[in-house]
Amino acid sequence: MNRLGRMWDSDIAWSFRHSPVAVVAAAMALIIILAAVFAPWIAPYNPFDPSSLNLMDGFTPPGEPNAFTGNTYLMGTDNQGRDIFSTILYGARISLFVGFAAVIFAMVLGIGLGLLAGWRGGWVDSLLMRVADVQLSFPSILIALLIFGVARGFIPPSMREEVAIWVLIVSIGLSDWVQYARVVRGAAMVEKSKEYVQAARVIGVHPARIVLRHILPNVMGPVLVIATIGLALAIIAEATLSFLGVGVPPTQPSLGTLIRIGQQYLFSGEWWILLFPSIALLLLALSVNLLGDWLRDALNPRLR
Amino acid sequence: MSDALLKIENLTRYFDVSKPWLNRMLEREEKQFLTAVADVSFEIKRGETFALVGESGSGKSTIAKMVVGLIGASEGTITFDGHNMTGTAGAEMRDLRRRFQMIFQDPFASLNPRWRVGDIIAEPIHTFGLLKGAQVTNRVGELLDTVGLSAKDAEKFPHEFSGGQRQRIAIARALSSKPEFIVCDEPTSALDVSVQAQILNLMKDLQDEMGLTYLFISHDLSVVRHMANRIGVLYLGSLVEVADGKKLFSEPQHPYTRMLLDAVPDLALSGRRRKPVEGEIPNPINPPSGCAFHPRCPLVMPRCKVDPPHRVETPTGYAACFALEKQPA
Amino acid sequence: MTDALLSVRNLRVEFPTRRGVLTAIDDVSFDIMPGEVLGVVGESGAGKSLTGAAIIGLLEPPGRIAGGEILLKGQRIDNLGAEAMRRIRGKRIGMVFQDPLTSLNPLYTVAQQLIETIRTHADISEAEARKRAVALLDRVGIPAAKRRIDDYPHHFSGGMRQRVVIALALCAEPELVIADEPTTALDVSVQSQIIDLIKEICAERGAAVMLITHDMGVIAETADRVAVLYSGRMAEIGPVTQVITAPEHPYTVGLMGSIPTLTQDHARLVAIPGAMPRLNAIPQGCPFNPRCEHAFDRCFAERPEPLRRGDRRRVACWLYDEVSTVEQEKANV
Repeated sequence: MNRLGRMWDSDIAWSFRHSPVAVVAAAMALIIILAAVFAPWIAPYNPFDPSSLNLMDGFTPPGEPNAFTGNTYLMGTDNQGRDIFSTILYGARISLFVGFAAVIFAMVLGIGLGLLAGWRGGWVDSLLMRVADVQLSFPSILIALLIFGVARGFIPPSMREEVAIWVLIVSIGLSDWVQYARVVRGAAMVEKSKEYVQAARVIGVHPARIVLRHILPNVMGPVLVIATIGLALAIIAEATLSFLGVGVPPTQPSLGTLIRIGQQYLFSGEWWILLFPSIALLLLALSVNLLGDWLRDALNPRLR
Repeated sequence: MSDALLKIENLTRYFDVSKPWLNRMLEREEKQFLTAVADVSFEIKRGETFALVGESGSGKSTIAKMVVGLIGASEGTITFDGHNMTGTAGAEMRDLRRRFQMIFQDPFASLNPRWRVGDIIAEPIHTFGLLKGAQVTNRVGELLDTVGLSAKDAEKFPHEFSGGQRQRIAIARALSSKPEFIVCDEPTSALDVSVQAQILNLMKDLQDEMGLTYLFISHDLSVVRHMANRIGVLYLGSLVEVADGKKLFSEPQHPYTRMLLDAVPDLALSGRRRKPVEGEIPNPINPPSGCAFHPRCPLVMPRCKVDPPHRVETPTGYAACFALEKQPA
Repeated sequence: MTDALLSVRNLRVEFPTRRGVLTAIDDVSFDIMPGEVLGVVGESGAGKSLTGAAIIGLLEPPGRIAGGEILLKGQRIDNLGAEAMRRIRGKRIGMVFQDPLTSLNPLYTVAQQLIETIRTHADISEAEARKRAVALLDRVGIPAAKRRIDDYPHHFSGGMRQRVVIALALCAEPELVIADEPTTALDVSVQSQIIDLIKEICAERGAAVMLITHDMGVIAETADRVAVLYSGRMAEIGPVTQVITAPEHPYTVGLMGSIPTLTQDHARLVAIPGAMPRLNAIPQGCPFNPRCEHAFDRCFAERPEPLRRGDRRRVACWLYDEVSTVEQEKANV
């Protein structure tokens, strides 16, 4: 049987095929991700190109022709006449980029420190885990806000716009590494005591190699689960920060920025500006989260 | 110098089993130590199988781990072919490591589930830089053949094999660095009897072919009897008796050895009435004074409760028991 | 035989999986007489523990009894509801498992557990039940039973805990005790104490024992009869002395040969080649045929029925069928 056939036949693929929730969630997530990645080709307008904007198009309700220009937009337009559908596609692009980058950052940091704590044990472990405990006692959004604020203080105002997105990624990543570190540490301790690791130690394999080649592959299962659920959380964290106005600059609106803009017009009747980006965020976070839940159950038969 | 390949002298290992510092302070408790191995000395000659038997808490696995360097010794020395292992490091230690290997108890835990069998077996070869490229593949194939598997199995993952086949893979890995000495920690206790016989036969064949020396750890007396040239009996971390293979069973000297032999279920249906075994193994954190066996010993004397017994020569080897000492005339 | 305490008839246990139904126990039949000790041996995966679990209605789902019947004194118990089965467990069938910790609730003292069990099955006062519990603990060899009865399970050592479990299994005076690997987790010196205890105390109370173990030595010392399971099928059943000294099924012969003994010297052990097949790859015909040196055509085609050999013995092997013996001789010519 070839590799693809084996994958299709594996237990995890079987469990996936037999979980309607997982299939629907995966399809939804895939559609959103593809739409976001190919936004420049899919979106009918480029909302960030000022030359294509017509202020007269502003506040067009969804599906109705504009009173002045006669243009019709699927999801309407915002105050500046930008097509909501296009801004959602471009916004999701930013949200997903920040989400993925933050998760990867948190994962690398968390796995590294978790492996270190689990392998070395002793005071290294105690120190790292106490730091983790302290951080866990604060809400992670607060940590992200704090890091974001501190980082902005160090960055000259001229560069702020440019690096804002990277500062955001680091802030969310730093607020989230603890989970990975804790899980990896626990799993690494279990694996460390197993005989295959002892066998490698008897041979005299270099500790770094034992950790990376033996232990790491065996602790990745739970990490993937947290990473999936973590992606949903990171996207929401980014939206929250952007909503609070400390996230990405308004020139590169993410879903959170769109929601912030939209809520200003909620009471004046332009509901679509808020509603559609919110639904997009909800669907994205929900589908990723459901996938994470399914993955957790599929990898851990005891929970079933 | 004798032909001893491995020499163990006064080996002792404590484990700190104290509660955390804060609890100790609050509950005003002293630090607690568990003596897993107490002043154990023995030699293993080149080409022989030396077995250590004992029940749980006897320290047999701790000795195995100290011999291969998985844990350090608290006191005493381990000498491998004239090299003191505690004082050796760097390239010299690397060379020594190549010469001894270990086979573990649980073949389901001793093979990395995410590695292909070929990579598992080749790991010592790569680590010691013994061979390169296609030579490695050939050598792995040879090794698989030696342990009764096929060279094609190198492509498979451990979960595709039964327990006995996995133990064969573990043996192939142990052999791949061409060692002289193999520590076998309960190598068959996780296997079914019919498979156990295959593995024991394989180990004996390999010993004959390659002149291997084994330190064989087991709790199963009949397996030990089948495998070993000499046997050491451990009780609560102390070596109570060392005797030549079969003689341990025909002429047991130490009262604990006798008790242990009496406890083994009798397959021969000889109808022998066993002496009922008295008591249980005491807590090793707080072992009995003097001879650790005295609370269960039928030959106990007042002296046994005070002093630890010394090693005395016996017709079959040596033992540590006051009852076996010749009374001064 | 109508006077059997427990009759297992053509028992079949299946595990539905996504790759098809696995048959873990297939057509296993045996009786246990009142007061008898029946040993059940086999390698891991042979179905010995599943047989025990099926009898007491504790098969882990998705495992299910797919055929056959189990009769306790002539009454069918394999189709009872959960509640009725729960009453039979404990009252009429006692259980001793490998790990004493799984049978004892760590949150209650030994006294609470014993007294509760005694009182659910007998209408007596708490003080009376306590008196019985102390007597029982004393009987199973717990020193200072009166004082230790109020201890929690974790205060006892492994061997002592298994004694407590035996007391718990016996406190409702069951007719049958199912002991699943009762000594496997224990040290050799403690093991023999527990075996002796199970044997004595069940004999004293007239309880029959179904002793499930992988250790032939334990069977040899304890059981009256022994059933050898292989791949979920009965290979051989008969009186212990006969099966051990003169095994007939090639698997039993190999099994006996592969056990090193304390009295005989062998340069090499007689090993059975290969391993027991996985449940999803049981060969056609006799499941032992790939490992059997005597296998002939019929073994690959037809599954051997348990053939009667003398009064009390049955062997599932075509070598002992007269028709096939003739065929085999023809084939050898």
